[in-house]
Parts: sequence; structure tokens; C-alpha cells
Amino acid sequence: MRKYTPKDNVQGRAKYTDRFWVAPQVPRQSVEEDAHFAEVLEKIKAAVEVLDAYIEIGQLVIHIRPEQNIDALRTLKEECGYAMCSELSAVDYLAQDGEFEIFYQMLNLDEAKRVRFLTRIKEDQAIESIVPLYAMAKFAEREMYDMFGIVVNNHPYLKRIIMPDDWEGHPLRKTYPLEGDEFASWYEVDKIFGKEYRDIIGPELRDPARVDRYDTQRFARIGHEVPFGADPELVDETETPIEYSSDFLVDYNKGPHKVLDKRK
Amino acid sequence: MAQHQVNYASSGGLPVALTTVDKLLNWGRSNSLWPLTYGLACCAIEMMASGASRFDFDRMGVIFRASPRQADVMILAGTLSKKHAEFARRLYDQMAEPKWVISMGSCANTGGMFNTYATVQGVDRIIPVDIYLPGCAPRPETLQYAMMMLQKKIRRESADMKKRKLQRFV
Repeated sequence: MRKYTPKDNVQGRAKYTDRFWVAPQVPRQSVEEDAHFAEVLEKIKAAVEVLDAYIEIGQLVIHIRPEQNIDALRTLKEECGYAMCSELSAVDYLAQDGEFEIFYQMLNLDEAKRVRFLTRIKEDQAIESIVPLYAMAKFAEREMYDMFGIVVNNHPYLKRIIMPDDWEGHPLRKTYPLEGDEFASWYEVDKIFGKEYRDIIGPELRDPARVDRYDTQRFARIGHEVPFGADPELVDETETPIEYSSDFLVDYNKGPHKVLDKRK
Repeated sequence: MAQHQVNYASSGGLPVALTTVDKLLNWGRSNSLWPLTYGLACCAIEMMASGASRFDFDRMGVIFRASPRQADVMILAGTLSKKHAEFARRLYDQMAEPKWVISMGSCANTGGMFNTYATVQGVDRIIPVDIYLPGCAPRPETLQYAMMMLQKKIRRESADMKKRKLQRFV
């Protein structure tokens, strides 16, 4: 059974309060343990500079320099038979390291093996497009540009793919608020009606389930006698004890009974 | 032998029914509500089921039209993303008066569970809504009930478009 954790005040507390909690590490193996991967790494090392390489959950992970991404991928495609790039995107490590991590997930369909290239770029740095090698990168790199703001050089058609063209900000960055910045919250109003209609339409109601104790029109307070629509400043703060029906109702089941000896 | 032909001239005058223009027009409008074929998300699946043979919207005079020019009702069925809000409003503007709007499902009503940057938090921010239909997703019966409520509403209001007290933004 799972360990019990107290559930009181779950929303108010931070999720992890243990200061010494260390994220569990995925075990890594050396590349020599797999003959195929060892051969792949040898060919990659001959072509580009390899910063780090290891096997993680049966997949070869190779860290490379961002300027050499196209050379590394060409070697992998033409010499090692990795004909498919199944995924390509970035991870935001700006707060930790001031860098993005870009990954290329490659697949060899003949050997059923996967290789992942990892490379790190600075926030204002651009990366070379891999569209000449893999056509799937047309959409994937556009999404990376849309969501993270990473500029991809020599991409045939680098424009936003998911968000509207006139959107401001890149939503998958860790600094982007989930509920949107000011531009996002007024986007549809500004676009359809114009900025002068902001006052008429009003701000978004983001949390309609929030209980406001000072809103005496829509909420009552348990233990307090609050008239409907009363001025919250004038509400008596002293708590009135909750009256249960058992306090003022006579419980005839508990009282002295006269038990009949026999049926009449 | 049954007599099939009624001779009105000889039986106390011509048949006359008295009504008001309002009632006559609203009778026609409410019994031929043509919604726009316009689905946004999973609520649209329920909307399609409402139109298909099992639930059969046609028997209420509700026939989906593929052009906003021919439609009277806009059923906003599903999550309205901010990117798409402009086009939803354009379709609404293209519909001829008189027109009504049903906001179908939690997402259309309030944004629903999508409390994010990309979702319109309630379609009434951009389009005036007549009927709010709760549910996630509402079942076809519920949508049909909403349509019946809309019919009721239409029958109550004035047929004169100038007198219709709808809060239009533009």
C-alpha cells in the first residue's frame, strides 16, 4: 500500500517541503555494454565532438555542441541507418542554467534502436534547421519556435504553428504564467472589439469556485450569523457556536421508557 | 355515408382564427430553428448525435444548416480557444437577424477545466448568449431540452426586432 500522507491543507502547502529531497536519477550504463550503440558512438565521434554519452533505459544519449547538430544527424542518418526522427523539441532550463536543452529523438527502424541527441543553447542563440535531413522537422521546429521562441536558422517557413501569428510570448517557457499574461487575457477582446471595450466586457473570471468570506451576497460563513448582503465591515466576528438539533430537541429514545410487560 | 367536404358558406360563416402578429411570427420562428453546423470540441459529438436519427432533432423543426446566412441559432459546442474566437464572432456576425445563441457545455459557459492562457473563459465574453447549457458534455436530450427552452423564450419575446431586449455588444 502507498504511504499515507496527511491530506489537510493540501492546497495551501507547497507540494514538496523536504529541503533535502533529491530527485531520483535514472540509472545510466556505459555505451560499451551494447555493441550496436558502441559502433554508433564511434562513428559519431569520428564526425563531431561528443561531450558525453551513455545508455539510459535502453536508449543511447549523446551530448553534442549546438553548432554540430546537422553534422551529427547526417552521420547518424547516412552511416548508422537512423532513418527517422521521431521527436524534436526543447526543454526550458533558463532559470537553472540560463539555457535551453534541445533534444532530437532518432529511431532506427531496422535495428529497433533509439538514439537521443542533446544539445544546449543560450536564450538568444539560434540553432541550425535539420529540415534538409528530416522533413518532419518542418512542423517540429516551428512548434519549438512557437512555444519556446528558439529561432531556427534556414528553416523554409518559420512562423508560429499553434498560437495565433500576432501572439506575444512563448507559452512553454517556465516564466510564462499558466493563466496567461495581460496580453493573453485580453487577446480575444482586443482582437474582436478593440481595446476600448475592455471596460465593458471586464476581466476574465478565472476562479469562479473561490470562496470569498467578505462577499456577503454569495457566501455564508459557517459559525457566523451573516445577513444577506450585509456590509462585511459590520459583520460580527465573534463565532456563534453551532447548534445541533440534539441540543434543543427532546430525544424520546433516550428518556425513561415505560416498557410494557405484556401486550394489551 | 361520411361527408368529407365541409360547406363553410352554409355552416355559419368562414373559418376565422384570431391572433397577434407577434404570436404568428414567433410561432414560425420557434418551430423552425435552424442551427449552424458548427462544432468546436467534444460537445459537437453530442450535438451531432442530437441531429442524427436516434435523438432526431428534425422532429422539432431543428435542421442544421451549413451556412451562417441560413442559420438562426448558433450552438457553441465545445472549448473556444482564443485563436478561434475571432472566427466564431465572424460567423455570428454573418448570421441574419433574428439570431440566438446556445452556449453548450462547461467549456463554452465558463472555460470549464481549461483554466489556461489559450481558452476563452466563457463565450459570453465575445457573443451574447441566450441559453447556457451545463454539462460535460451535455447529453443529446439536454441539448434538445435547451432548444425547447429557447423555443419557449422566443415565444415569450416580441417579434419586433427593435423591441427585442438583447444585450448586443456591437
